[in-house]
Amino acid sequence: MSTIEHDVLGAEELARSIREKEKELARLRARLEEWEDAYQGTARREGLFTSVSGREVKPLYTPLDSEGSYTERIGVPGAYPFTRGPYGTMYRTRLWTMRQFAGFATAEETNARYHYLLNHGQTGLSVAFDFPTLMGYDGDHPRSLGEVGVCGVAISSLADMETLFRGIPLDQVSVSMTINGPAIILFCFYVAAAERQGVSPEQLRGTVQNDILKEYQAQHAWVYPPEPALRLIVDMFEWCSEHAPKYNPISISGYHIREAGATAGEELAFTLRNGFEYVERGIARGLDVDSFAPRLSFFFDIHNDFFEEIAKLRAARRIWARHLREKYGATSPESWRLRTHCQTAGVTLTAQQPETNIVRVAYQAMAAALGGTQSLHTNSMDETLALPTEKAVRIALRTQQVLAHETGVPNTIDPLAGSYYVENLTDELESEAEAIFAEIEDQGGVVPGIENGWFQRRIAQSAMRQQEEIESGRRVIVGVNEFTEGSGDIEIDTLKIDPSVEERQRERMAALRAERDDVRVTEALEALRRAAEDGRNVVPFILECARAYCTLYEIREAMEKVFGAYKEPVFF
Amino acid sequence: MTDERKIRVLVAKPGLDGHDRGAKVIASSFRDAGFEVIYTGLHQTPEMIVNAAIQEDVDVVAMSILSGAHMTLFPRVKDLLREAGADHILLTGGGIIPEDDAKALEEQGIGKLFGPGTPTSAAVAYIKEWFETQGERV
Repeated sequence: MSTIEHDVLGAEELARSIREKEKELARLRARLEEWEDAYQGTARREGLFTSVSGREVKPLYTPLDSEGSYTERIGVPGAYPFTRGPYGTMYRTRLWTMRQFAGFATAEETNARYHYLLNHGQTGLSVAFDFPTLMGYDGDHPRSLGEVGVCGVAISSLADMETLFRGIPLDQVSVSMTINGPAIILFCFYVAAAERQGVSPEQLRGTVQNDILKEYQAQHAWVYPPEPALRLIVDMFEWCSEHAPKYNPISISGYHIREAGATAGEELAFTLRNGFEYVERGIARGLDVDSFAPRLSFFFDIHNDFFEEIAKLRAARRIWARHLREKYGATSPESWRLRTHCQTAGVTLTAQQPETNIVRVAYQAMAAALGGTQSLHTNSMDETLALPTEKAVRIALRTQQVLAHETGVPNTIDPLAGSYYVENLTDELESEAEAIFAEIEDQGGVVPGIENGWFQRRIAQSAMRQQEEIESGRRVIVGVNEFTEGSGDIEIDTLKIDPSVEERQRERMAALRAERDDVRVTEALEALRRAAEDGRNVVPFILECARAYCTLYEIREAMEKVFGAYKEPVFF
Repeated sequence: MTDERKIRVLVAKPGLDGHDRGAKVIASSFRDAGFEVIYTGLHQTPEMIVNAAIQEDVDVVAMSILSGAHMTLFPRVKDLLREAGADHILLTGGGIIPEDDAKALEEQGIGKLFGPGTPTSAAVAYIKEWFETQGERV
């Protein structure tokens, strides 16, 4: 057969195949019309058919809703554009890390809780700090009054960090730390604590949240103004890429943006746009994008709307990969790969009939696994009332274990790919995010949008819309505005924090201040202040302060002399 | 008529807790209900809150606390109001406050405290009712 004949035959086959496809499409349209007529003619129940985020959802999706190139939009897991998952084998190689966020009272008590969690099969640790620590205050600072060890653990110096990880080998357990404003300081306490165990920075696996942009936008635990704060983050990128290559120096977080009231689309767009900001700042420092982008990690909220949350994670991976490759010129697939932690949505928990929260959390956890998360925190049922009890935490952890080992969900990678609905939602969330990126540019970028309150107002408006939906009864929340029989009495035990914690932390601080070498403390702090002033990378200087047992607030203050403090634009 | 006057409310976030979703939602709801609303912004000390309450001549201070520090912060603000001779101001609030704690605080002269899942209308109704009975007393 000659080449020409082959081509002619090929063309005929092609034409036949196109005709077949057209016929099939015509049949689909006809069936769909019939169905639509029947649907319109049938009574429908009262109910809200929009997603939690206010998205219009159709009653039926078909191939007409999921068009475009399969290989360009969906592809295979572990390869560009990563829609189906960041790794090629996903949960076939390794289940997600079950990582419960925990911390309360002093380092002593929290260390005991960590041993408890590790003994019950948890595979990573996640530190919750108290509010004073989150804001860079020591446990004995007057502003800390009443809040020491209440919402998390109080860590005021390297001494506390050493106690926190006593008996826990930091070369083997990966640790995530939720801290932002003073993140660089707590990171240095951690590196120095590892040093004391004989573990070098190269061996450290773990993450520090260190995402200051979402603090200004949503969670509000800041210290310095945006520009110096961003500089500190780039210092961390630079230092870690050289000395701690397995450590994630940031976890770019949508969680708090969502919890503060944003919709799924806003969470997705704000988070990724914040991520691009960090990339741009790193590049502006002169860093090679491929030297730090592979260690950028993410953190998303998993709310009630099952499919929307799954689609959100899929869209996030695709958008990140596209922008990193096309816009920022990253050439390493490691830079395109979005890896994420997820947490079930605290804001969906109800104080009424708290046991029902176990069920909410289980559905949300399943959405996180179907969305392809790398690690997961499942909330405990009692968290609208207090910090969780051991029993409540154990149930939350067991929820993940049932999901991982009994449901079969982890057996197939991205099993919802090809669902007309899920693919359509993924596409829609991607377009929504792109539209929001354009709006942020209209504000002049992320930092101007924070300074003029655009992000904060937008989040507050979305929160208000959701509140109105619930109060009008249109959005049913079981046990809150419907099915409220038994909602009056809350009959579960809650964790009480011993009020002596504050006193004990003050005593620990007094002992520390008495024992340490004051000359070394003063010199280390002064060297840090000068480094901050001279624009040098401050990580080695903070490390030296940590080793000298300077306290958190002393280190914060040394840099504040140079950077100033952030003032919030107030409005509602 | 006394109730022609608008009710003035200071919505305050004491302590280091930055979770202001509730504070902002309640501030908007109070405004929609016709109250005059002043919002302090975050990270206020009890002293800052009491100063603002007096300067703004408010009828009500509504504090939002999700940090677990309510047993320290509510009594502290109440004491400072008393010391400043401003005990006529209603101190109320909401957040993550276990029932037993709310009861204990009410016994110390603090107003009703609202937990998660409370409709904003309940807080509005409570303040209106308090204000009306207050008016009768004056």
